[in-house]
Amino acid sequence: MDELLGEFIAETRETLEPLAGEIVAWEADPSDRARLDSIFRFVHTVKGSCGFLDLPRLEKLSHAAEGALAEVRSGDRLPDRRLVDAVLAIIDRIGTLVEALAAGEDYPEGGDEGLILALDAQDEEEPVHAAPVTAGAPAPRAPARSIRLPVELLDRMMAGVSDMVLARNELSRRLRERGGDASVDTAFERLSACVAEMRESITRTRMQRIDGLFSALPRMVRDISAELGKQVHLCVDGGDVELDREMIEMIRDPLTHIVRNAIDHGIEPAEERQKAGKPAAGTLRVDARQSGNQILIEVADDGRGIDDAKLVQRAIAAGILDSNRASALSRRERLELIFAPGLSTASAVTAISGRGVGMDVVRANVERIGGTVEVESRSGLGLKLTLRVPMTLTIIPALTFRVGPEQFAIPRAAVDEIVRASGGSVQVEQVGEASVARIRGERVPVVELGALLGLVARAATPESTLVVVRASSGERYALAIDGVQDHEELVVKPAAPAIMATGVYAGTTLPDNGRPMLLIDPAGVAQVAGVRADHSVAAASAVEEGPAESEMIPTLLFRALDGAPRAIRLGLVERIEDVSAEAIAHVGGRLTLAHDGRVIALFGIPDDPARRPEGRLRVLLLGDGAGELAYAIGEVIDIHALPREFAPAREPGPIAGVVLVDGRQVELLDPYWLFAEAGSGGEGEAERPLCLLDGEDSWMRDVLRPIVEAAGYRTAFAGEAEEGAGAVARLIADRGGGGGEAEAASAGAPVIRLRATPDAPPDSPGSVYRYDRGALIAALAAARGGR
Amino acid sequence: MDELKLIARIAGQRVTLPADAVESVVEIEAITPVPLAAAHVAGLAALRSRVLTIIDSYAALDLGTAPREGVLQAVVVTIDNHLYGLLVDEVEDVVEIAGDPMPVQAGLGAGWTGAALGLVEHDGRALLLLDPSRLVAGAQAMAA
Repeated sequence: MDELLGEFIAETRETLEPLAGEIVAWEADPSDRARLDSIFRFVHTVKGSCGFLDLPRLEKLSHAAEGALAEVRSGDRLPDRRLVDAVLAIIDRIGTLVEALAAGEDYPEGGDEGLILALDAQDEEEPVHAAPVTAGAPAPRAPARSIRLPVELLDRMMAGVSDMVLARNELSRRLRERGGDASVDTAFERLSACVAEMRESITRTRMQRIDGLFSALPRMVRDISAELGKQVHLCVDGGDVELDREMIEMIRDPLTHIVRNAIDHGIEPAEERQKAGKPAAGTLRVDARQSGNQILIEVADDGRGIDDAKLVQRAIAAGILDSNRASALSRRERLELIFAPGLSTASAVTAISGRGVGMDVVRANVERIGGTVEVESRSGLGLKLTLRVPMTLTIIPALTFRVGPEQFAIPRAAVDEIVRASGGSVQVEQVGEASVARIRGERVPVVELGALLGLVARAATPESTLVVVRASSGERYALAIDGVQDHEELVVKPAAPAIMATGVYAGTTLPDNGRPMLLIDPAGVAQVAGVRADHSVAAASAVEEGPAESEMIPTLLFRALDGAPRAIRLGLVERIEDVSAEAIAHVGGRLTLAHDGRVIALFGIPDDPARRPEGRLRVLLLGDGAGELAYAIGEVIDIHALPREFAPAREPGPIAGVVLVDGRQVELLDPYWLFAEAGSGGEGEAERPLCLLDGEDSWMRDVLRPIVEAAGYRTAFAGEAEEGAGAVARLIADRGGGGGEAEAASAGAPVIRLRATPDAPPDSPGSVYRYDRGALIAALAAARGGR
Repeated sequence: MDELKLIARIAGQRVTLPADAVESVVEIEAITPVPLAAAHVAGLAALRSRVLTIIDSYAALDLGTAPREGVLQAVVVTIDNHLYGLLVDEVEDVVEIAGDPMPVQAGLGAGWTGAALGLVEHDGRALLLLDPSRLVAGAQAMAA
């Protein structure tokens, strides 16, 4: 805040000086429109700045003057002598208050009201002497400790220092060639140190606290939420993070857009929130922090998140995606659709957003400065967007390497690992035209950079080096190159349009050897080489956790029914629900659960009958995209980010192995085994439980039968089934009066009576409404379990 | 219109360039090629701490490829905040040439026509006045 205040003081002082002349001219000719405008602009600016700097006195003064001047500008009021005096008195007072602020003194209270009243003293006779300067002499002006410089000047200084570094390197080479002279070397060392220090301080002159960007947020959030009639609570953190001032300007628009979107589309109206069990006021968190050479800015809301299914529909409707491709998308890729051009997630275009400037522009702007945008959505719980931008526009850590006769650089941030094509754990295979590298079992497409750039016409050799790259757009591939040169901090400049048009370069750089070098754009190379993000879904989802935790997977810890803590990868858990123990049936050596009109395999029930649940129990519903199964648990303990690696179990089974959680060993479920077990079913057609349908009318045959069969039963009509005795249940249309009792008893199977009315009539207790699928399936399961 | 013009030779032809567009004339030793870029982008060269994009004027004028041996002369221009070096055979002189350029009557060939602003007269001879920004845009862009 101090820095902002300093800037405000400097700016106000700076405008006040030339304004003195304008004021005198306006006094001489109050009808001079140009003068009036510049004075109006001044008070208007002061008012604006005071708002977020929390300077109520200055704000009140400037607001009053602005109001009076606005009336003059609109012609509602003539600028008479008295008004001019009053405005001038206010401007003088603003000047004195600002000087007092600069000196860190308290300016005596009072007197402001008189000045403000004087503005309205139009017809009254009393002369305006409302500016009794309370302190006799003006406070001595504190010497300014800061100056304002044009950024171009800083750029020139930076360029000058870069030249100096190059000259120093040249000199160093020459000195080395000539051989040692200790006294010259010492002097040269001193010069080098000075140059390095100079370079660092000039780099720092370009740094600014991100506060400057964040300070505008409260007002913006307030205005937007008021306009939309929403309640939003804003939390801002990390304002003291520093980054290049040019960078701050570059992320201003993307950040503004993201915040607008969050309030407009993310955070729901108060009633909707309360219905969903959330506090009426939404929360918007904006955080900045430094991570290595990058700045992370997170914008998280607790709104409705993104409905990715709806997003896919919109993309298909907009012709961005065809339905075949859509069904192959991972969840992450579906979410990434918000960055597709021409796709708005808003269901209605509002005044705030949805006016054509989409997330595609946000992403393009961020990527242009070497940053990335990641999206993380929890449906119904909120959305988090993470901007990752380099700390400065100009210096990035890079890896330099050789391809054929040329040298290139690639941003270090994009490099996952470097392996030799001939290494023990690496194999390069030819698949059709393309090469694929197997690195520790993982398949990664290979991009032959030399061939792609037309420098060398050959495939990767065992001598090649593979640089495993993860592009900002999610693709992961191995770049085959001839050899890694060095890790360097490079000053990167934008390349000429004709060079950017190739799509594979991110910029140019001039390393210390003085020979220009091209910086490879990993996303561009992926696109030109035709590498698709599909290859990398599993790896890509892990990166969302950030580079330091790239191998960590969110994992749900729970207490199983037998009391032991166990773990499962959170990505597989679709829902956690409470179900009735009566919906469980033991059939054909395994447990099933009737749930939501389906019968699904159930695991996690202890063998010991004493520990079996009664009444209600909690289950994890797991999904692998195609199938579903349930796992009974006692309680959820926590969610942890746990490493990918674990100690595998000796034999395949429900437990994949053991992971360490806070030093304790916890069994990790093996979803692969569970799904294989659930899918195999263990039941052929003959073993599926039989359900008898009573009466062969068309409703029974065409409406009821498919539902029962879909739930995992064999069906037979009461008359035709010789093995009717083996049936687990018998469905009878209940026509009231309990007419079916006789037949029920004869067949031996429990009877489920289906009634035609939703409400159970008194003469038919225990019947099931025939269109209540859930109750029907549950009744079947109960009958089956009872046997 | 009295204006300084730079006289240079490209592919043996004497041509002029508006001198106010020209920042300097430099000698280029090493050029870093830019694979995949258009033919008239010869590559990159360093000008102190700045990077020049070197334009092959021959290719830009659809005349083949400029010779790349030895020390090359380049005319440095700034276009849209990017620094370019236009390869020329030789820079001859900087002269003051009065008068507006005259329209080109004769058929010059597509490359020359696309880059020419007109004809100017110096010492009784007609010289083509070339537009540096059209050279930078390249032959394809000019033809389009």
